[in-house]
Amino acid sequence: MGALDDLTRPAGDDDTVCGVPARLVAAPASTAEASALLKEARGLRVVVRGAGTKIDWGTPPRTVDLIVDTHRLAGVREHAAGDLITVLGAGTLLDDLDLPGQQLALESPAPGATVGGTIATNVSGPRRVLYGTARDLLIGIEVVRADGTVARSGGKVVKNVAGYDLGKLFTGSYGTLGLITECAFRLHPLPAASAAVTAAAPSPAAAGRLVAAVLGAQVVASAIEVNAPPAGDVEVAVLIEGTPDGVRDRAAVLAKILDGAEGPPPAWWGAYPWQPGDVGLKLTAPLSKVPDLLAAARDTEVPLTVRGSAGSGVLYAGVPADAYMCSEQSGAEHVARAVARLREAATHAGGHAVVLTAPEQVRAAVDMWGPVGGLELMRRVKQQFDPEGRFAPGRFVGGI
Amino acid sequence: MIDLLAGRLHEILGGDRVISDRQRLRTYECDGLAHYKVVPALVVLPHTAEECAAVVRACAEAKVPWVARGSGTGLSGGALPHADGVLLVTSQMRDILAVRPADERAVVQPGVINLDVSKAARPHGYYYAPDPSSQQICSIGGNVAENSGGAHCLKYGFTTNHVIGAQVVTPDGDLVRLGGDAPDAPGYDLLGAFVGSEGTLGLATEVTVRLVRLPETVRTLLAGFPSTDQAGAATSAIIAAGVVPAAIEMMDALAIEAAEAAVHCGYPEGAGAVLVVELDGPSAEVEAQFEQVVALCRANQADEIRIAADDTERALIWKGRKSAFAAVGRISPDYIVQDGVIPRTALPEVLRRIGALAEEKGVRVANVFHAGDGNLHPLVLFDDAVEGEAERAEDVSGAIIDLCIEFGGSITGEHGVGMDKSKYMPRMYSADDLDTMQLVRCAFDPAGLANPGKVFPTPRLCGEVPGRHRGAHPLQEAGIAEVF
Repeated sequence: MGALDDLTRPAGDDDTVCGVPARLVAAPASTAEASALLKEARGLRVVVRGAGTKIDWGTPPRTVDLIVDTHRLAGVREHAAGDLITVLGAGTLLDDLDLPGQQLALESPAPGATVGGTIATNVSGPRRVLYGTARDLLIGIEVVRADGTVARSGGKVVKNVAGYDLGKLFTGSYGTLGLITECAFRLHPLPAASAAVTAAAPSPAAAGRLVAAVLGAQVVASAIEVNAPPAGDVEVAVLIEGTPDGVRDRAAVLAKILDGAEGPPPAWWGAYPWQPGDVGLKLTAPLSKVPDLLAAARDTEVPLTVRGSAGSGVLYAGVPADAYMCSEQSGAEHVARAVARLREAATHAGGHAVVLTAPEQVRAAVDMWGPVGGLELMRRVKQQFDPEGRFAPGRFVGGI
Repeated sequence: MIDLLAGRLHEILGGDRVISDRQRLRTYECDGLAHYKVVPALVVLPHTAEECAAVVRACAEAKVPWVARGSGTGLSGGALPHADGVLLVTSQMRDILAVRPADERAVVQPGVINLDVSKAARPHGYYYAPDPSSQQICSIGGNVAENSGGAHCLKYGFTTNHVIGAQVVTPDGDLVRLGGDAPDAPGYDLLGAFVGSEGTLGLATEVTVRLVRLPETVRTLLAGFPSTDQAGAATSAIIAAGVVPAAIEMMDALAIEAAEAAVHCGYPEGAGAVLVVELDGPSAEVEAQFEQVVALCRANQADEIRIAADDTERALIWKGRKSAFAAVGRISPDYIVQDGVIPRTALPEVLRRIGALAEEKGVRVANVFHAGDGNLHPLVLFDDAVEGEAERAEDVSGAIIDLCIEFGGSITGEHGVGMDKSKYMPRMYSADDLDTMQLVRCAFDPAGLANPGKVFPTPRLCGEVPGRHRGAHPLQEAGIAEVF
């Protein structure tokens, strides 16, 4: 009996990827087991799954023979508090992290997500304005290639320029280059105090002016979020963190700039503006063009809620399922036209519009990823790492 | 072959921007690491991205290796020319194409000097954060290649955290845009792989960088301690208190002596170590934390604490630190600069081990480092005129690298691997690690023509296009490079 037989079980009804059923599921408990498994799984098409919170993201893979589940690759392998670093198994749940006095400033709007899944999809939360994203926090990575080779890059020190940075290459790669087994991160001290100030702006343009004023002020915001429902006021909410005195001072400055009120962050804070079954998009633009995206969203035929980090130019848009479920065919076409309109606006602004998740009938009607630059080089990278195209074939940009 | 290529390059650039005269070529024989010298076969001085692409394409067609060079200040031999190759110098591409404070972005050509980006942004209330000590002369293109750091990257991150887009020439000679104006471009983060690839994946011809808001307040102090032990303990205490300073720099007695001799920076006399600590940010935050830092320095036996009252005093404090490398020339005819990294908490033990090593080999080591992130710059002093000293210094230098690896650190924190440290790569990474990294190389440059021989001690064969070199390289013949 080899690792493949030992570790695998037949897939159940829930073991699907973007609706595509898998044949087998395996949960290796160590990097060595994962390596042995992948060596023996030659010829099988593999999708990596963490907690499954984003298993329906991306384009559907062409085939799924084997789901490699990372839940047994979990745990804090190391927390060197004095060095402000931690090493985590890929299957570790972000919500489970307990690093006294310190934090991994990587937020997942999808609750219950694993470290590996968050890295593989390059997910970020509101505080990316201050702390950056996965690519800024990840300092080392261990991966298993399609042929079972175990490889590491980076390390356990924050400052390190030895060799290529494979961590960045795997960040946002949607499991198409190999299996992430372990990640090392830089940590930040937990702030002693924090405060949020929220205000309402009558239009996308007015919200843009508020955001610009916050960016130009000396408040060093940790997060600058907007929430724009299909119509009405656009909310702007700003989070600051630091020493108690400093936070009090800056909150007062912010309240004045925004003509807003200090209080807990609003209920929509840090959550995607969609529910299971809805259409979810990611929209990006340079900072000054964020109001253009908000305006474009209101210029579509479907009721879009746009929300996200106006302070970094990364927004999310959600179309509720009931907006197109009434008449499935024409509903999907409505959504497709809305996506096209948003993509036009984002592209014009210098950003992108990507459909992260959508029901089957909408997937069929839209180009999920949209135009991607450097695709030829990406194909060559994929070809080198996974020459047989075994990892999540078809789930990524350009059919990779 | 090189004559044919020279003719082609003349057609692309015109005669005055293709250098083939031996005397003029000598100007480019080394970068900031001057003990490696190779005269390139040709030097070209392109003005535009299209010219760069045409040059690289011509090299690819002729199967001639090429090396990119910015200002030539690198400290790992990353821009060391190839004897049979073309050196592509970007120093005439110095336009700042756009400064867009509302987007917190600037777009620059690769030859633009690092400090000039901040100068252009400053009137708008912004600056470019990565600040290598050579920032008055080093180029952004070189910074991108090496993923340059600096004293303030403890808080603000490295070049890779501040470059959000680039137009690059691939080793095939194609112009491609990586990343973009907006964050999180879909697809593989090829930009993330490109930054810090030391010119082995292509050439950046235009770089979009993030601008950072100038801080409201900056406070700087200089603290003298009886020894590096107390200075190290103070550093750990500051970090443990949850303070993230903009910079924490340390120098030991020998480094202080050198700096004093060179620039008369007035560091505390007789101190066994000094710390330079800088905090920046909103005034109320900085004031509160600065008091905390002062108290922590005192609690760890600081004999003397000087607080910069203004920019002039701040500049004087930094002058000693920033001139440290050059200053060592005052107390030693020759020296080797190392760039190893250790976990910060290992600092006292590693410094003791370095001291023991130095004593054992009869070599002096001055220590200057970014204490906040454990990036050591031991300066191993020697006199090349004294027989055997250079070898002993090289031994100590190598042993220091081994120490860094033993403690779970890195062989280079900001200078890059280049030519100088490629031989140490197998000590830090397994053969599988290095093989996997080179898959990226094979994707970008299967023929291995972009800066060959750097970073990786042994090139990977990429399948259909083997990356073999004809004949022995001069460095190999001279015994300088172990494997080429």
